[in-house]
Amino acid sequence: MIIGAAESERIGTVPELSALQLHADAARRAVADAGLTMADVDGIASAGNSPIAVAHYLGITPTYVDGTMVGGCSYLLHVRHAAAAIAAGLADVVLITHGESGRSRVGAGPRYGDSSSPQGQFEAPYGTLGPPTMFPIGVLRFMKETGLTHEQLASVAVAQRRWSSQVPRAKFRELISVDDVLASPMIAYPMHLLECCVVTDGGGALVLTSADRARAVPGPQPPVFVLGTGEAAETPMVSMMEDFTSSKAFKLSSALAFAESGLAPSDVDHLMVYDAFAHLPIYGLEDLGFVGRGEAGAFVEEGHTSPGGRLPLNTNGGGLSYTHTGMYGMFLLLESVRQLRGEAPAQVPGVEVSLAQGVGGMFMAAGTVILGTPATVA
Amino acid sequence: MVTEATRKARPTPTPDSEVYWEGAQHGELRLQRCTACATAFFYPRSACPSCGSGDVKWFVSAGRGRLHTYVISHRAAPGFESQVPYAIAVVELDEGPRLLTNVVGVDNTPESLELDMALEVDFEPRGEQMVPVFRPATVPA
Ligand SMILES: [Zn+2]
Repeated sequence: MIIGAAESERIGTVPELSALQLHADAARRAVADAGLTMADVDGIASAGNSPIAVAHYLGITPTYVDGTMVGGCSYLLHVRHAAAAIAAGLADVVLITHGESGRSRVGAGPRYGDSSSPQGQFEAPYGTLGPPTMFPIGVLRFMKETGLTHEQLASVAVAQRRWSSQVPRAKFRELISVDDVLASPMIAYPMHLLECCVVTDGGGALVLTSADRARAVPGPQPPVFVLGTGEAAETPMVSMMEDFTSSKAFKLSSALAFAESGLAPSDVDHLMVYDAFAHLPIYGLEDLGFVGRGEAGAFVEEGHTSPGGRLPLNTNGGGLSYTHTGMYGMFLLLESVRQLRGEAPAQVPGVEVSLAQGVGGMFMAAGTVILGTPATVA
Repeated sequence: MVTEATRKARPTPTPDSEVYWEGAQHGELRLQRCTACATAFFYPRSACPSCGSGDVKWFVSAGRGRLHTYVISHRAAPGFESQVPYAIAVVELDEGPRLLTNVVGVDNTPESLELDMALEVDFEPRGEQMVPVFRPATVPA
């Protein structure tokens, strides 16, 4: 279960901290949130910076280490692995950390890979320029096959701004209209600027332990239970995905999480879907089974994912409006925890079950974590 | 002289892709087919991704296919400055495999690039290396 959770003191533009410092800042705050000290931590997981670098920086000598690095959903896989490791007795208290100087690039390392990698040989020669030019490569196909409209895609950004307008720490809080989105500069047709994520600095961390330990030594925060998890990976190159209108990794990882939890989409009160770009929640809603094929665009456009809607989605404003450090997955989990604890800035009443769906790379990998309040395991 | 083509990212062949890139130098789009299960595949690999057999053979693709999906980038990668905005596209070959490419010989606009339009292979330099690109088919599909 999750007993500690925190973001770095500041997110957004934080040029005075390196990536490693952002890991450490969030880690210290999460451990304090759990009512523990670093001496209680025996397991470490992180991505970006190595878990060993993070542990040593914090003065931890871990006996459980998870360096799973599959892009932005890595932290969701860390939760899955930590829950299994704790259940198997491999670790007592696992600290999962994220820190990234995505905007200021302080201590962040080089961005691009080498020309002999699959991407270097078979994608880069065609003028690819990172995720904005490649992640949305399937969107036109999705539109042709399902009838998704440009206006519906834009409505994803509109809905999330309705949420972030209630969130003081969000990068962007001004309400926007579909027309605003469609009038914003074209980045890579069909994606406009307001359909692409923000670029920020920030950190986040989680502390997990066993139900037994939490019962023996209750912490200051209401515990959040890991009800089910899943992970999957499809392809290192988005141009090789099997179906450009659906993520095989989303489908597989979410099916595992639903099966383990014994829950169905209709049991989920609150949903987070990794949104580096506006099409991701559309794919997520359909691939996870929240709506049928071709229905996601209208579902968002009609307001069902907005404040007051029946499926609150990306309630921090998401990567489009809240923050996006590069590997945003940690922030999905932190918002799910806040909603389940009842302490979110844009709190949804009565959230008992929250699902976080992460993506890694560009439809490369996926992680799913279903979390619940104590009432869900009573 | 530093031309745009020499500034574009160029592939560095690996042992599993040498035949592919050598084919491009000769104006051939070379693919692999599995002898065991008959699956044709891209990108080059030393075993079949469908059945795992190591018995895979090279063949020359007819180079014909259809425009499966694309974006039109409004930002220029190095060497693409004079082409902005330009399409980055996925072509589905008649033999089955898909590959990323550029579309040449046609305006790179949403109006001119219709999904599923017929295309045929051509080749363009990236430095000394030729790479496959696609243009509208001259013979109707
Ligand atoms: Zn085979």
